[in-house]
Amino acid sequence: MTKKLTLKRKGKEPEPTNEVAASSEASDNEEEEDLLQAVKDPGEDSTDDEGIDQEYQSDSNDEVEFESDEEGNYLGRKQAGGSSAEDDEESDDEEEEEEEDDDDDSEEEENEDTPSTSKPIPADDKPSSSSSAANKSTTNELPKRDPSKPEYQDSDTSDEEDIRNTVGNIPMHWYDEYKHIGYDWDAKKIVKPQQGDRIDEFLRKIEDPDFWRSVKDPLTGQEVRLTDEDIALIKRITKGRISNEEHDEYAPWIEWFTSEVEKMPIKNVPDHKRSFLPSVSEKKRVSRMVHALKMGWMKTTEEVEREKQAKRGPKFYMLWETDTSREHMRRIHDPVSAPKRDLPGHAESYNPPPEYLFDAKETKEWLKLKDEPHKRKLHFMPQKFKSLREVPAYSRYLRERFLRCLDLYLCPRAKRVKLNIDAEYLIPKLPSPRDLQPFPTVESLVYRGHTDLVRSVSVEPKGEYLVSGSDDKTVKIWEIATGRCIRTIETDEVVRCVAWCPNPKLSIIAVATGNRLLLVNPKVGDKVLVKKTDDLLAEAPKQDVIESERIKVAVQWSTAEADEQEKGVRVVITHFKPIRQVTWHGRGDYLATVMPEGANRSALIHQLSKRRSQIPFSKSKGLIQCVLFHPVKPCFFVATQHNIRIYDLVKQELVKKLLTNSKWISGMSIHPKGDNLLVSTYDKKMLWFDLDLSTKPYQTMRLHRNAVRSVAFHLRYPLFASGSDDQAVIVSHGMVYNDLLQNPLIVPLKKLQTHEKRDEFGVLDVTWHPVQPWVFSTGADCTIRLYT
Amino acid sequence: MRRPKKYESGEATQYISRRAALRKLQLSLNDFRRLCILKGVYPREPKHRRRAQKGSTEIKVLYHTKDIRFLLHESIVWTLRDYKIFAKKSSRDRAIKDFRNLKRRLALFPEIKLDHIVKERYPTFIDALKDLDDCLTLLFLFSTFPSLQLIPREQSNLCRRLTIEFLHYVIASKSLRKVFISIKGYYFQAEIKGQKVTWIVPHYYPFKPQSRQEVDFKVMSIFVEFYTIMLGFTNFRLFHGLNLAYPPQFPSSVLQDNEDTLKDEASFVSDRIAALNFELLRTDKVQEDEEELDIDMELLEQDGDSKRIIKMKQEAQEVARLRTLFKGLKFFINREVPREPLVIIIRSFGGKVSWDSSIYPGSAYDESDETITHQIVDRPSLGTQYISRDYIQPQWLFDCVNQRQLLPTNKYFLGEKLPPHLSPFVDSKRDTYIPPEEKALLDPSLIETHEQSDESEDEAEKEEEETVDQELLDAQLQLAYQEETAEYKKYGGVDGVNEDEEDLEDDDASDDDDDEEEELDEKAKRLKQEKQKMSVQSGKVHKVNKRQVHKAEVDEHRLQARMVKPRHRNLFRKLIREKQTKEKEEWLLRKKRRTIEADEKEARKTAKREARKEAAVAAAKAAKLGK
Repeated sequence: MTKKLTLKRKGKEPEPTNEVAASSEASDNEEEEDLLQAVKDPGEDSTDDEGIDQEYQSDSNDEVEFESDEEGNYLGRKQAGGSSAEDDEESDDEEEEEEEDDDDDSEEEENEDTPSTSKPIPADDKPSSSSSAANKSTTNELPKRDPSKPEYQDSDTSDEEDIRNTVGNIPMHWYDEYKHIGYDWDAKKIVKPQQGDRIDEFLRKIEDPDFWRSVKDPLTGQEVRLTDEDIALIKRITKGRISNEEHDEYAPWIEWFTSEVEKMPIKNVPDHKRSFLPSVSEKKRVSRMVHALKMGWMKTTEEVEREKQAKRGPKFYMLWETDTSREHMRRIHDPVSAPKRDLPGHAESYNPPPEYLFDAKETKEWLKLKDEPHKRKLHFMPQKFKSLREVPAYSRYLRERFLRCLDLYLCPRAKRVKLNIDAEYLIPKLPSPRDLQPFPTVESLVYRGHTDLVRSVSVEPKGEYLVSGSDDKTVKIWEIATGRCIRTIETDEVVRCVAWCPNPKLSIIAVATGNRLLLVNPKVGDKVLVKKTDDLLAEAPKQDVIESERIKVAVQWSTAEADEQEKGVRVVITHFKPIRQVTWHGRGDYLATVMPEGANRSALIHQLSKRRSQIPFSKSKGLIQCVLFHPVKPCFFVATQHNIRIYDLVKQELVKKLLTNSKWISGMSIHPKGDNLLVSTYDKKMLWFDLDLSTKPYQTMRLHRNAVRSVAFHLRYPLFASGSDDQAVIVSHGMVYNDLLQNPLIVPLKKLQTHEKRDEFGVLDVTWHPVQPWVFSTGADCTIRLYT
Repeated sequence: MRRPKKYESGEATQYISRRAALRKLQLSLNDFRRLCILKGVYPREPKHRRRAQKGSTEIKVLYHTKDIRFLLHESIVWTLRDYKIFAKKSSRDRAIKDFRNLKRRLALFPEIKLDHIVKERYPTFIDALKDLDDCLTLLFLFSTFPSLQLIPREQSNLCRRLTIEFLHYVIASKSLRKVFISIKGYYFQAEIKGQKVTWIVPHYYPFKPQSRQEVDFKVMSIFVEFYTIMLGFTNFRLFHGLNLAYPPQFPSSVLQDNEDTLKDEASFVSDRIAALNFELLRTDKVQEDEEELDIDMELLEQDGDSKRIIKMKQEAQEVARLRTLFKGLKFFINREVPREPLVIIIRSFGGKVSWDSSIYPGSAYDESDETITHQIVDRPSLGTQYISRDYIQPQWLFDCVNQRQLLPTNKYFLGEKLPPHLSPFVDSKRDTYIPPEEKALLDPSLIETHEQSDESEDEAEKEEEETVDQELLDAQLQLAYQEETAEYKKYGGVDGVNEDEEDLEDDDASDDDDDEEEELDEKAKRLKQEKQKMSVQSGKVHKVNKRQVHKAEVDEHRLQARMVKPRHRNLFRKLIREKQTKEKEEWLLRKKRRTIEADEKEARKTAKREARKEAAVAAAKAAKLGK
């Protein structure tokens, strides 16, 4: 027997008080039967309507019978499913159960305790009315609904709503894109009514007097005109009254259950013995708990809470016993502590001195470097506040702290020795130039007269005259002391190189112009000397050796023509290629020429006394730049582009190869003692070779800012000079000691920069005066300058 | 014997990439990060990166192999793994709604214990003090945080507690040395056991919501997790060093039985502790700080007087003076002034301080107290003022501490334009730019000269005033003269015309005289010239052209600089470049300062002049009216 069934029964019984009035039991029974009949009938009606359903459920009926012993539960479920087909059985059951009800159902008894004032009519309308009744109402209503009746007259459950659109409880905007708005009960589309635009609406608003009471039904899209009752209802709701108009709020209170405590109990059942005696099991449990509390196995909630409180948060104690003692523990390998953050300077102050604030330009620059903040001068923009009150929180503070955290755990660390030295410290300690005097310091004379760049200059061995060769195809002879041009010798081609014979007993200048090498008697100075030289060059010595074909093709010696004789030219040596450089041997008998295009015959040695030429090399070892005779030994220096080779002329073998490690050699000069060689290169370097020391440069000097064109040692003083395309002549001190253990001392002394620049060229050649510490330089600005 | 392969020994085996480390430790990247932060393991920069990376050239994060092996033996690795298990199991419980089990599990949450890590990272107490900078700065920041998703309320409360405790120590030990208000926050520098500890307290409300890319609170929170433990132990030792009870407590004299204390003693005490305005409970009764100092001084005296010792002595004296800088002064902090930083400063130098009791608990006396010597205000004007006290702006305190003496208050009065606030952290002996204010502080004589120059300026201005007055007089004279001529025209006769003619005649006569003189002159000149040629001329002193000499020197130096060894050339260039940029910066600052000063002077002058002119005009008007 279940509650559900009893409830249902109660609903069906119009008068629940029948048991109290025991006398009219028989008549009541009859009534009951009538009512049951009445319930049965509509059920049968509904089966007629839903024939298919019946068939379907008849299958399940077998099962029902099979399980029918469990009665109520099963039945109740069936009824919730809404089948009215088994009402027959149900009713049978109920009849059987009625008697049982009377006996033992206590709930029913309690209900019967209530005062016997009957109220049959509202019982029908209550929501707890039987589900079968509900079934009946829905089945009856749906096909044809009586519009005159109020909607919720028979029942006000929400299930009974008028459903014309079957889409269910969905957001209606899902149908926004369609023409229909849902489906009716016949699965036909409910078409959306014609929708006018705002103007239509507005017109209707004006024309239609009932516009204010028309509402759109969201489910059907139809306009609904609200009735007066509806409006009254709405008004009531908006005013916060109870919606039902008939409800009387001030009706007298009916006390269904008494609030007074009765002196005598209503029911007379004596209390069970259990309610007087204390429970043994509980007592056992309590004693067990008490014991547990005593023993500390269990804790009171208070204690637990306190312990939890105490446990929360870290505990601190004396971790380090003393300040400096350390316990041996395994630590991280080779710890490197993170460097501390920089401390703030004046610029970070909230009220800095005014010069620390950015001006417009600095601000702009600071803002411009937004993408590369590391390039900024300061990582913040200095600000000035009038008072502490106005200082806001620093907007990047969090970010800075975060970056510091990242630094601490993500930045690789290493121990580095920070070089805290002054730049001065790196400059080698050299003696002061003032202690190394004399050396040229000022420009004292300018020799003007050439009309094109002056390629080469050479000084007479006695130091009175100067010869220069220029691109204007002239050779000029100057008096050094006065700067006067004594003689101009015109040639056919550009003069590439001039060289005064170093023998003081001869007065010959070798002039390289085009393919020809001219030996010129300048006719200056001692007349005896001039005469002697003329005599010497007048007649050719007898050729006793037959020259090879190779040399004959390359060089022809000849005496100069008459017109050239007048100019001073005495001998002409015609080469097969243009000559670039000519250099004398120290004694003045031999001279060497360089023809870069001559391949294996590019270097030639001529002997003046015998008017004979030699080709020292049979094989080309590279593009020869310049050649040089050793001042003392029979050695010959040949500079190719990268290297310098030293040959012994007597043994005819290679002595040494100097590695310059530079791209292109431009010139070289040898120290008068013959142990040190200075090489200039086009890649801005000057190389000092100590020939005894190594084949690699002893020192590389980068004194010039541009290609170095030429270098020269002084014959007497420990000086050397270099001329470069940066228009500067740099005079340096280059002391070579007799003591082999002491390395040469090199001190740059003076930069002389008075030449002017002409198409990338500055100084082309430098030469020292043979006696005085004077230096001559020729430049692209058509001048020769003397520095003393 | 097997031939050794490449990268099997040497630098390649010393370093391990992060990925390999993760694989070795069997941890996720997040756990590994947490472990690294807690254990203080950091990547290393190898000497030869390519060798260390086994030949690959792209830059990897490399750890030392020994460090990773060290992490392998760490016990909290297991706790981190337990976390994972805990998360998995508890989420399962939650999913199947097994709340009883969940509760049991939550009670058994695996807590990380970091005590041993603190000891291991800082084997001596001094090591911990050395590394306190970042810790304090971060904890001071976190103590201001609201409760965030990644930062539990408890953590920020703990930060607040620990930082307040530390401040109590600083106050009690009087170890504060330098303070500075920067735009980022307040810098404090204390000297604790010979270590300089610097921390930043941010300005109010530093918290702003940040994007994940900008700031990852999770990482910072892990740092804080370690730093709280570290600072707790440090505080413990520091407090015990001063004989203070460690969780700070008050002596019973502070806790009088009034309503507040009885109501909720815990919160009352914590409020008072946070106020930083009361002496803490000591475990001993004797004050011994000053005695110790005296002993030190004596020892120093015995040692003799080498320069270093003299310097040390001076420093010690200065510090001793600094510790009692505000002794006997009573301060009152107005409500608009940030309270905490000022309380720290005043109290650690021996001053007494109070504030309006309505803004924060723990005020000692009222504003109406007549014995207050200084009231710190930060507003342009104040309604009621007491004559007995100085109304100063907060910067005064900071400048006093940095100068280690009580500065005159007149520059810091209420509403006064403040002098620039200079950083005490810059080295005063540096060779870069030093602003004139700092120079004046370093060398007091400069102040006088500065003032003198002001005076001279004033004099110049006075002269100007005189000229202005002169002009005024001139104008009046002119007026008088015009009036006179007007009068003359009205009543004048023929006399005026005659005078003019006479003038003309005079001119002609003088011309004739001139011609004659010229002839004579030529002869005389010739004679003179001859004489001059013969005469002995006085010798001229040879003047050395300084500029030329300087140029020559520079050239010489430049030439020598080109002789720098090739292997040092790049370094040399870098150094020179650095020097140049420094010089340029200095020059720029100097130039800016000069222009600013010139502008100010000009503005002052024009203002004065205008004022005077106006006055003159007003006077003239008055005079006219008088007429």
